[in-house]
Amino acid sequence: MSIPVDLAVIWAFIIAFAVFVYVVMDGFDLGLGILFPLFPKKQDRDVIMNSVAPVWDGNETWLVLGGGGMMAAFPLAYSVLMPALYTPIIAMLLGLIFRGVAFEFRWRTTKERNKWDIAFAGGSLLASLAQGIALGAILQGIHVEGRHYAGGWWDWLTPFSILTGVALVIGYALLGATWLVMKTEGELRDRAYGLSWALLFAMLGAIGAVSIATPFLHVQYTQRWFAWPNIIFTAPVPIAVAAVTVLLLRGLARKYDYQPFFLSLALFALSYAGLGISMYPYIVPQSITIWQAASPENSQIFMLFGVSVLIPLILAYTAWAYYVFRGKVRPESGYH
Amino acid sequence: MFEGWDAVVLARAQFAFTMSFHIVFPAFSIGLASYLAVLEALWLWTGREVFINLFNYWLKIFAVAFGMGVVSGIVMSYQFGTNWAVFADKTGPIIGPLMAYEVLTAFFLEAGFLGVMLFGLKRVGPRLHFLATLMVAIGTLISAFWILSANSWMQTPTGYSVNAAGQYVAADWLEVIFNPSFPYRLVHMVLAAYLTTAFVVGAVGAFHLLRDPHQAGARVMFSMAMWMATIVAPIQILAGDQHGLNTLEHQPVKIMAMEGHFESHKDGAPLYLFGWPNQAAGKLEYAVGIPKLGSVILKHSPDAPMAGLDTVPRENWPPVVFPFWSFRIMVGMGLLMAGLGLLSLLMRIRGNLYDSRLLHWFAVAMAPSGFIAVLAGWITTETGRQPYLVYGLLRTADSASPLAAPAVASSLIAFVIVYFAVYAAGVTYLLRLMAAAPHHGEEGPSKDAPARAAGITPAAGAVTGAIR
Repeated sequence: MSIPVDLAVIWAFIIAFAVFVYVVMDGFDLGLGILFPLFPKKQDRDVIMNSVAPVWDGNETWLVLGGGGMMAAFPLAYSVLMPALYTPIIAMLLGLIFRGVAFEFRWRTTKERNKWDIAFAGGSLLASLAQGIALGAILQGIHVEGRHYAGGWWDWLTPFSILTGVALVIGYALLGATWLVMKTEGELRDRAYGLSWALLFAMLGAIGAVSIATPFLHVQYTQRWFAWPNIIFTAPVPIAVAAVTVLLLRGLARKYDYQPFFLSLALFALSYAGLGISMYPYIVPQSITIWQAASPENSQIFMLFGVSVLIPLILAYTAWAYYVFRGKVRPESGYH
Repeated sequence: MFEGWDAVVLARAQFAFTMSFHIVFPAFSIGLASYLAVLEALWLWTGREVFINLFNYWLKIFAVAFGMGVVSGIVMSYQFGTNWAVFADKTGPIIGPLMAYEVLTAFFLEAGFLGVMLFGLKRVGPRLHFLATLMVAIGTLISAFWILSANSWMQTPTGYSVNAAGQYVAADWLEVIFNPSFPYRLVHMVLAAYLTTAFVVGAVGAFHLLRDPHQAGARVMFSMAMWMATIVAPIQILAGDQHGLNTLEHQPVKIMAMEGHFESHKDGAPLYLFGWPNQAAGKLEYAVGIPKLGSVILKHSPDAPMAGLDTVPRENWPPVVFPFWSFRIMVGMGLLMAGLGLLSLLMRIRGNLYDSRLLHWFAVAMAPSGFIAVLAGWITTETGRQPYLVYGLLRTADSASPLAAPAVASSLIAFVIVYFAVYAAGVTYLLRLMAAAPHHGEEGPSKDAPARAAGITPAAGAVTGAIR
């Protein structure tokens, strides 16, 4: 499979990049929410929340770029996917509302703090599950007629989409646990280590299950992965997953601070690359290609100017914000 | 359930509901971000403690309001696709890039520097911290620029062509961005945001002055807010008038609806103050009007003829009662705002600014005036361009997603329940923060540094920053 370099492909990579940055950055935020019920002590919860309080808003902005950028660069795909994923998207938005306001509300009340802790955990879980389900629903294919979605409003619900939903929850939880390993100390960090082990094995199970199930969805996926000569390009992906896993196990065994988190991100990157291999060149699998969905050239060029200047700038000042709040978060120096 | 309902009506109800809840927060945070930048600049410049106390006081309020604006805003950016798929497909090539630029130039700037603004004063020192505050304030204004450009293009589309797939495509990006109604709408909205914030700040100041006329923070914020009311409210009335003339030129039907002009007036149109628009009968009932004044205001000539809705096919009429009444509510609020500004100027000249209980009660009562005016103004402009979504090009009825009514109804109910629960809590927390008076040693959202706000001067802060 050779990939031509044209505007639609460039934009497909830009959108994929935005979504990936979102998954990486909001992934650990959401993961912390998923793990929240496992840390019942108030002091631990304060530290967990403070470890992302200064950056969660920027992390979530990548989701807006993914959605807005898709409407701009591939309006047809946006207008087909959103109604097709209606229920998971609405569920995700509602989950993100609860999770987002909890960051502020939790500190404004003592009586109702428990309520916002539940909102934080429940919202994070709901948003993560909904995102994973949406991903599965896209992969399994969407009923399109003309320029419209032509299915029902429960088409997204299948065993496969539930599997991808659960898989993403596990993956985000792993990111959250390894983030805590990196950002906290003492007993809290020890608990995060324990959770990281369990979640890593769960994540490997999930990657395996999704990898086995995907080729059965469409014969095209099978050919993409296993037909000669594609296999030359696809075989390195599972091999790399195995290599990263070994490193990650070693990092956890040696109780490293940073490695577990960044290697978990690498696992995500490889899974994401696998997803790209399965989908390309479709943006709505098996019905709409990136060229069919692409905006007119002048829209894509107009935005390309902005993106090429602004994304590096955004990455730079985002990195600065992370740098300002670097290091371990301690209970007594919480930001709130 | 809901099988017999019209999915388009439900989708419109959902958009109106989520939009109305959303818009009040940006309207407030655009103004508040700029106010915070001013307060921090004054602190750096004068070193007076009262400014950093006020800064930290309003920063806590900003954090809550901004968070609510962010989460309700994400809903908006996905709703174009979930509920208005045909609109997204057809206008995506034009609206999409404008919103993408909003995300790239504004949302990231705000979000990227927000963490430092809220929690980072001790970590980066006052100067870099001021830069972060400034970036957040500028971000909110850039955001207003792009989203109002997109909205204005939907009101007065220019610089486009239509491609083979039936999509609107930019022929000239500058004409798209700087479409005819954009400059007027931008000025009107940004001033509205500033006024909204000023009247909240003024009300909070007045509330604490009623309790203690010597409260230092309350005096400063009340005085600053009243200067805004005195100066900006009249400017806003002027800007609104210009915006109206622009609308008359590009969307005359909207003006007919706002004015209640069902009938054409050959020699001078009246200005109707009140009345009840009867859409079915095509007339304004119980009308109270001033002869010729409508033509004077809109055409600057008492005898200028003005066409009415009787010159427009009925299927192109907006639902007159909405723009007619919301317009009157907005104008009423504007006049009250200017009135408070004038009264405060009189009291200031007489030296009673901080002791006039009448003035303070008036200011407290005016706390929600900005929000009411903003909502009313948006209802005027959005219902006034109906039945179109993109004026003259794309009808609202033809823009919706191919969804079953039960799907839209369920999500609408979910949004209503969640918004009422979440926003009731949020507004409670905001009011609680406002009910406490700003005090000596006021802390920000961060309890990072117990001693920070208490006594440090900008210079000492700079030293602390350098040491870290």
